[in-house]
Amino acid sequence: MGIELLVAAVKALIAIGMLLNLAGILGWVERKGSALIQDRIGANRAAILGFAGAGLVNTLLADPIKFVTKEDVIPRGVDRLLHTLAPCVNLLPVIVAFAAVPFGDRLRIGERAINLQAVELNVGVLFILAMTSMGVYGVVLGGWASNNRLSLLGGIRGSAQMISYELAMGLSIVAVVMTFGSLDLQEIVRAQGHNIAGWLPGWGIFYQPVAFALLLIAGIAESKRAPFDLPEGESEIVAGYFTEYSGIKYLMFFMTDFAEIALVSALLTTFFFGGWQVPYLTSQGFAFPWGTTVELPHLLVVLLQVGSYMVKVFVFCWFQVLVRWTMPRLRYDQLMWFGWKVLLPVGIANLLVTAAVFLLLQG
Amino acid sequence: MSPLVFFLLAIPMVLFSLGVVLARSPVRSALSLVVALFLLAAMFFQLDAHMIAALQVIVYAGAIMVLFLFVIMLLNLQQEPVEAARPAQRAIAVAFSVLFVLSVGLAALRGLPALPGPGVEGAVAGAFGSTEALAERLFTRHLFAFEVTSVLLLVAIVGAVVVARRLGK
Amino acid sequence: MEQALSVLVTFVLAAGLVGVMVNLGRLLGPRRETPAKGDAFECGNPASGPAWGRFSVKFYMTAILFIIFDVEVVFMYPWGVLYRRLGWFGFIEMMVFLAILAIGLLYVWRKGALEWD
Repeated sequence: MGIELLVAAVKALIAIGMLLNLAGILGWVERKGSALIQDRIGANRAAILGFAGAGLVNTLLADPIKFVTKEDVIPRGVDRLLHTLAPCVNLLPVIVAFAAVPFGDRLRIGERAINLQAVELNVGVLFILAMTSMGVYGVVLGGWASNNRLSLLGGIRGSAQMISYELAMGLSIVAVVMTFGSLDLQEIVRAQGHNIAGWLPGWGIFYQPVAFALLLIAGIAESKRAPFDLPEGESEIVAGYFTEYSGIKYLMFFMTDFAEIALVSALLTTFFFGGWQVPYLTSQGFAFPWGTTVELPHLLVVLLQVGSYMVKVFVFCWFQVLVRWTMPRLRYDQLMWFGWKVLLPVGIANLLVTAAVFLLLQG
Repeated sequence: MSPLVFFLLAIPMVLFSLGVVLARSPVRSALSLVVALFLLAAMFFQLDAHMIAALQVIVYAGAIMVLFLFVIMLLNLQQEPVEAARPAQRAIAVAFSVLFVLSVGLAALRGLPALPGPGVEGAVAGAFGSTEALAERLFTRHLFAFEVTSVLLLVAIVGAVVVARRLGK
Repeated sequence: MEQALSVLVTFVLAAGLVGVMVNLGRLLGPRRETPAKGDAFECGNPASGPAWGRFSVKFYMTAILFIIFDVEVVFMYPWGVLYRRLGWFGFIEMMVFLAILAIGLLYVWRKGALEWD
């Protein structure tokens, strides 16, 4: 029991640490990336003894210190408990959901085989869906507990948007479940280990391209990023539901934003790009389609797989940053039109086609 | 489910349920209900009904409670008006509460001997409550109920549209 | 049991982290409340009274429709797990279910309940 607890705690800390570090680095990527896209220099002021580290000192050191040491202003006439609770319930489900995504295969240490997944569930898909459905509360509460018209509008807009796109997200995930026949995320990743026709990695994207597009779009909308960033449309409603937040609570809303990007990327990776799978890498080593085999020690294989997971997640994070600084914001009627009249029917049609094709193949 | 886990979940659940009734602010009582539903989901999970646990969170905590919050905000309910209940109301309320507690208690006492004791392994068959078992039942034996659900949902859609249109005018 | 342990441990650690974070500001930040700071931020104008007011019935409508279609999607999870074993029988079963709800979606669509203007 003791060692089990220790293993579980270490794995949870690894997953949480991975997410928080990713969120921090994404803050830097977003600022420097947007500067790159807009032909600016970006964060470069803060420096230690003249060392600015391409803005890293600014975004990873100076910003957090400043956020933490700022006054935490709570507006007059609000429910102070709810005001404080909002950033917490915003961040918590994202962290826990991310922890359910497997970041590697089994790691064997002596007799013990450790499943590299912090929340080990055979219904991990359902767990993630349940957690993402809780994400709406942070937004609603933030808007409600601010006593600010703009916050309230942002909160209501945000929650209506999130629930609308949750449907498309659910439908795309059902398609994935149907393809791999499992609700276990680790099983879904393992099922992507084979090669199609001997050379093409058997990743989900080749089976479910439509579901991939659905999850990508719905994921960006769920995380309220441009072009779906109406809840925090700064040109109309200041910062939306977190207008009245300052200091660390503001940082928490910001972190949730980045953590959601990471979560969406992790889900896209797991469902459609083989999770921790490396093409042609089996548990013994590389087995290339042209016949060459390279034997590798177990630890190296595991490290390669974890590395592969992180690289893939990061690529999708970068893609979302790219999308944000490329696309203009939608109008609210367009947003709702797209969610209900395009994504929802497409999602249902995709499911039926998937079912029909698999049943036909099965005979 | 071990008695320890049961009480770890049940006691906060009762407390939050009390919070639903006792909180002055409607938003707070709605949130207490969310927490109580969440704990209920944890209980289902402990009973190996993983699908039901997930549905509990997705549908109740994640969808229906959002609507509750919307209604609270839509009607701009700030604080419950503090208004002394009439003696007659109070008497009726107390009477019905006592009646309710008695009937539930009686049912529980009658039903208890038929159940295996707490913490007994194998109180339910191995695959009982699993997603596959649930799907098997739902899509074969309870086929009709499943199909009728869609009609029920259709009625709900029509009802919602009609009511909202009247409100909008 | 192991599953529950991993869920519990992750929840406790994540909640602990979030709890520490949200209280850091109170510990490290200054606390100087002034009347102006407590005001709602309305782009520099004096705050125009409490924010809570009624808002469009459209949002309410969206929430109701979400519940209904969410229940629909929820039925598809068990079906998605088992549809291979249920075969064409299960497929037709789900088609009937979806067809009835498609009528609902069509109705909402035609009645303009999904229009935002």
